[in-house]
Amino acid sequence: MTVEPIEVAGPSRAARQDAFFQAICFSAAMVLMATLAGLIIALVIGGWPALAHFGPKFFISAAWDPVAEDYGAAGPIVGTLVTAGLAMAMALPLAVGIAVFLVEFCPSVLAKYVSMAVELLAGIPSIVYGMWGLFVLAPWFALHVQLPLFYVVDPDSFLGHLFEGIPNGANIFTAAMILAIMVLPYIATVLRELLLSVPPHVREAAYGMGCTPYEVVSRIMLPYIRRSAIGAVMLGLGRALGETMAVTFIIGNSHDFPRSLFASGSTISSTIANEFAEASSDLHVSALLALGLVLFVITFAALVGARLLIGQEKA
Amino acid sequence: MRFDRRLFDRHARRKLVNYGFVGLTMAATAVAVIALLLILWSLLANGLGGVGLHIFTMDQPPPEMPGGLRNAILGSLEMCVIGMVMAVVTGILAGTWLAEYGEGKRLAEVVRFLNDVLLSAPSILIGLFVYELLVRPLHGFSAGAGAVALAFVATPVVTRTTEDILRLQSNQLREAGMAIGAGKSYVIRAIIWRASRPGLVTGALLGFARISGETAPLLFTSLGNPNMSFALTQPMGALPTTIYQFALSAFDDWRALAWVGALLIAMTVLAANIIGRALARGSHHS
Repeated sequence: MTVEPIEVAGPSRAARQDAFFQAICFSAAMVLMATLAGLIIALVIGGWPALAHFGPKFFISAAWDPVAEDYGAAGPIVGTLVTAGLAMAMALPLAVGIAVFLVEFCPSVLAKYVSMAVELLAGIPSIVYGMWGLFVLAPWFALHVQLPLFYVVDPDSFLGHLFEGIPNGANIFTAAMILAIMVLPYIATVLRELLLSVPPHVREAAYGMGCTPYEVVSRIMLPYIRRSAIGAVMLGLGRALGETMAVTFIIGNSHDFPRSLFASGSTISSTIANEFAEASSDLHVSALLALGLVLFVITFAALVGARLLIGQEKA
Repeated sequence: MRFDRRLFDRHARRKLVNYGFVGLTMAATAVAVIALLLILWSLLANGLGGVGLHIFTMDQPPPEMPGGLRNAILGSLEMCVIGMVMAVVTGILAGTWLAEYGEGKRLAEVVRFLNDVLLSAPSILIGLFVYELLVRPLHGFSAGAGAVALAFVATPVVTRTTEDILRLQSNQLREAGMAIGAGKSYVIRAIIWRASRPGLVTGALLGFARISGETAPLLFTSLGNPNMSFALTQPMGALPTTIYQFALSAFDDWRALAWVGALLIAMTVLAANIIGRALARGSHHS
């Protein structure tokens, strides 16, 4: 129900106060709009020289050579998409598992602590994930995954090419692992809310027919929330695409076009983080800002996709 | 009745699949919990040994010299507090507009959507924006620019929680205020804000938790400074940027300090998260 504004025939001082307060609140909201507009304008203006200079080649070429002033963004762009995609592939099954466990199977004594652990996982700053990835995960991965695979897999086979790379643990795959842990709590939390929103009678009807919990979840509940669940995935994807520090620590920072899972690579955000403060030439700065614009467009698309999918379910 | 072997097999298979499924969901949950424990454990194992009074009384050292993190801690604190003040003022007012004045307005929907875009925009882009906005025109990295960048990161968080919290207040409360002759703005400030105080504090704490660990927006704004500085016009050290620099260095004692810094940040952020959520839960009960 909406509140009908009530006309107060009081002193005009109060009316003036009201108008003044509303104007202040309104301008704060406009500050938000201006921030986003400024962000886009800054990226477009800053990135324009590089985009104009290289044209479409900027997106296709994988040359990134600050000395020769030749910039092609294919390496970081593909690196961003591949790490985020891999991260989602790892995080999604886990997130579904956690959400289902919390909603269907978890004893209520435990549920509080498990959901707190998931919330805490979301709260850990990305630089901490980065350090953990670099000093704990990467050495472990090199020793216990990369080296054994190196001995077992024939280097000329398809798998051999997929697993090619220096066994130091700093590569696209470990970056995706870290990203997966980081986005996991976001997706799991949204999925859990969605599962809780399934009407109880739908669920109980399925149980009443003698379905096992697995059948209820896989044939009734998950299909019921499918659309919104895709939206949740896109939200997580947006986070994975833009994540900076954790990836910068562990991806190995090479601008080459990524050719194997265990090769070092770069993402848009890691490239900007590494080079922006040191970029000396105008074209270099502009190329990095153009990269930023590309990242903004990609994450914006993911967000809009997520909103459309989640919104349609509710309506 | 004849015992039907096929029916029995099918039942057994369904039960088996179900057990497998329950096991898998448990395993997924275990992965998340174990990841959290592993991360906390490495923080404690690597960082706790280095914690001491010197961390808070000495500035960050040159390589292979004794030192602490005082300049970085105080720098982080200064920029976060200034950023939070800006974010809380803007965020609460903007959230108030959305919740109290935006009803049914098309513009409010647009603002709400743009706020979501800002909320999900990669924070490194905020850093680039503030670089173009404040650093390049003023010819120099500065703590002020860093604080503004942090404010831009925190404002959407505060706006979002403020709007959500204010919407939870019942309309009777608003009507009661107006019925005794108070103007709309007075009702909002004296009644709605006051009733929502725990929620607003939660929003601010969550915003604070978010920015106190943020590194990317500071890289090209406040840059970092090995010396103690409180000037807003000069580069300033901050815990995240110092950790970034030290962790990637080749010096063992710098890396040890980076672990201590990471431990401090993680504990601060987790504490802010826990307190914020506890406050939010407490206010729902009452």
